[in-house]
Amino acid sequence: MRPKLQLLDNQLVTRILDEAFHLLASLGTKVGAPEAIELLGSAGATCENGIARIPKDLVQRALESVPREFFLHDRSGSKVVHYGGDDVHFDPGSSCLKILDSETQQPRLAASADLVRLVQVAEMLPQYAAQSTAMVCNDVPSEIGDWYRLLLVLWYSGKPVVTGAFSAATLKIMIELLAADSRGADQLRRKPRAVFDVCPSPPLNWSEFAAHNMIELARAGVPAEIVSMPLAGATAPVTLAGAIVQHAAECLAGITIHQLAKPDAPVVWGGAPAIFDMATGNTPMGAVETAMLDMGCAQVGKSLGLPTHGYLVATDGQQIDTQAGMESSGSAFLGALAGINMISGAGMLDFLACHSIEKLVIDAEAISSAQRLISGIQAQTESLALEMFAKTGLHGDFLKLKETRALFRKEQHFPSAVIDRSGDANAPDILERARRRVQELIESYCKPVVPSEVEAALLEIAMREAGAIGMKNLPAVEFERGEDWQFVASQLTRSERH
Amino acid sequence: MQANFAAMRQAIVDGAPENAADLAKQALAEGIAPLEAIDLGFVPGMTDVGQQYAQHKMFLPDMLASAEAMKAALGVLEPELKRQGEVRPSAGTIVLGTAKGDIHEIGKTLVGTLLTANGFSVHDLGVDVSSEQFAAKTRELGADIVGVSALLTTTMRGQKSVVETLEREGLRSSVRVIVGGAPVTRKWVEEIGADGYAKDAVSAVALVKSLLEQKPVLSSVK
Repeated sequence: MRPKLQLLDNQLVTRILDEAFHLLASLGTKVGAPEAIELLGSAGATCENGIARIPKDLVQRALESVPREFFLHDRSGSKVVHYGGDDVHFDPGSSCLKILDSETQQPRLAASADLVRLVQVAEMLPQYAAQSTAMVCNDVPSEIGDWYRLLLVLWYSGKPVVTGAFSAATLKIMIELLAADSRGADQLRRKPRAVFDVCPSPPLNWSEFAAHNMIELARAGVPAEIVSMPLAGATAPVTLAGAIVQHAAECLAGITIHQLAKPDAPVVWGGAPAIFDMATGNTPMGAVETAMLDMGCAQVGKSLGLPTHGYLVATDGQQIDTQAGMESSGSAFLGALAGINMISGAGMLDFLACHSIEKLVIDAEAISSAQRLISGIQAQTESLALEMFAKTGLHGDFLKLKETRALFRKEQHFPSAVIDRSGDANAPDILERARRRVQELIESYCKPVVPSEVEAALLEIAMREAGAIGMKNLPAVEFERGEDWQFVASQLTRSERH
Repeated sequence: MQANFAAMRQAIVDGAPENAADLAKQALAEGIAPLEAIDLGFVPGMTDVGQQYAQHKMFLPDMLASAEAMKAALGVLEPELKRQGEVRPSAGTIVLGTAKGDIHEIGKTLVGTLLTANGFSVHDLGVDVSSEQFAAKTRELGADIVGVSALLTTTMRGQKSVVETLEREGLRSSVRVIVGGAPVTRKWVEEIGADGYAKDAVSAVALVKSLLEQKPVLSSVK
């Protein structure tokens, strides 16, 4: 039996969905993109003044065509992330502006070299099934901030990627980069490597950019992950159940637009819901109620048979301390028990504003424990204990039993040295242990092989787009053979001429 | 012949007692000297296991299985050694036991198993051992090291008592005392005048080796 934790009874799930359908049909949702309004209107929604009232049967038709599962693939084309059922995966949190400097432990603006370090560490940690475009690189112009992150992740990683676009124009470039990485748009559609987070604005507003993204992604066959963000008490009802209704309505509207653009295109029922802290006005991602919202939202999505996503394993504190450990591991356990397919957020502090590579390796330990927890307690032997007792009697020498040696690796998880079990009172503290682990992982990192034609295709797109805004180099993109930017550019120009 | 040494080493790493015993028999049948089989075949296996344990690639049950394999190989080779009138040089003589009033033996037994597998002559006095018993066995064997285990803070005092008894009986200068068990700390070692402690069985083997390297002449003093 796989342990599972559900916070809603069936009756409450039904009521949540009923109210969500009712909201969409009566109050409606704002829809910014004319193309989305057109799609909804022609399918039977009532569209007036940028608001679409979507009847239940239209939403239900969309739900019928959504794939119940899909996979993200690594660069070699192997299935790595299974969106569907109760499978649970984790990826680092996305898109923060700052990084907690490894040396000073003070936050500073993140640069492309920081993202590369994070990608290298996440690449080496099996706890992260996928990479994320984790930070905004402040050393490149903001207008290319989104695709540049993706370029760096594709350059330094072979894992699947959780990403997202900042504008309609750059979404096209990102899809082009992914198609180059997959050696063609058809291959990208067949074996997608990335999923794109798309965020409606709470409450019930599919902005022009968000709705457009959903349509573009559906047509490109690149999976979309709806990241609905109700803030209970501020931009959503204060009750957790009420906020879950809003989340459901936003997801249902997004799915309808998405499926009208391209039925059968993969989409995820995801989110980053949070409570609104009435004491500070902040949005605590480490609060237990936030975790409860994630669990409740995912349960509603699961009741519809959809792939799910949530935002957990983060802390609101500013430092790597007990609060960080408590909030991050607590929510990792809850998310895993809820069977959420992709749990984003590891490594993050300060209300998702700051990343820490040291925290990422600490969180990996919490994730391992959570994964061990959901693998449950199984009957590994024919008799549970009798045969073993028959061999040891009351002497208690189980350590020497063959069963012990055969099964201890299945039964016990062995953490890295980040977790102190040395029994040494002078052992280094958690931060120092994490720093050492980061160093060890970076030293053992080996850049995955990117086929030369893929590398060239990625560079061609990157140079075209970077050149268009006057950039003279590609920060943090290192070439295997030590070529510089001009050399590669001249090679590409030559190959184009030929 | 050379290939057999690799197989012997692997049998220890695999923790395969039957295989290790078979390889030992095969070695004897092929005329390989027992000491050669031990030193070039089986002992390197234990060394490898110790290294893998330190790197968290192998764990206690693996190590115990390897120790069992070592025991099986020695069970074949040592009688032949004796028959040939040879003696395997002992890496040192160790007296082990759990302190008076303490009946916990897993840790102590594990230390003994690993020390034996590493070529030490180990005399395990068992549990609930009085300091007088420790002293008597030390005198009888001319032991190099006395190891006293205690799991409880209440029985830790027994470790101090062993040091005092060895002192009183004039044995302290010829023997090193090591202590172990969950509550033992470096401070406690200093407080009771012991010579060292190890946090686990593998470190205990390293500790014993390092203590004996420090006092190579003490055995002859006795």
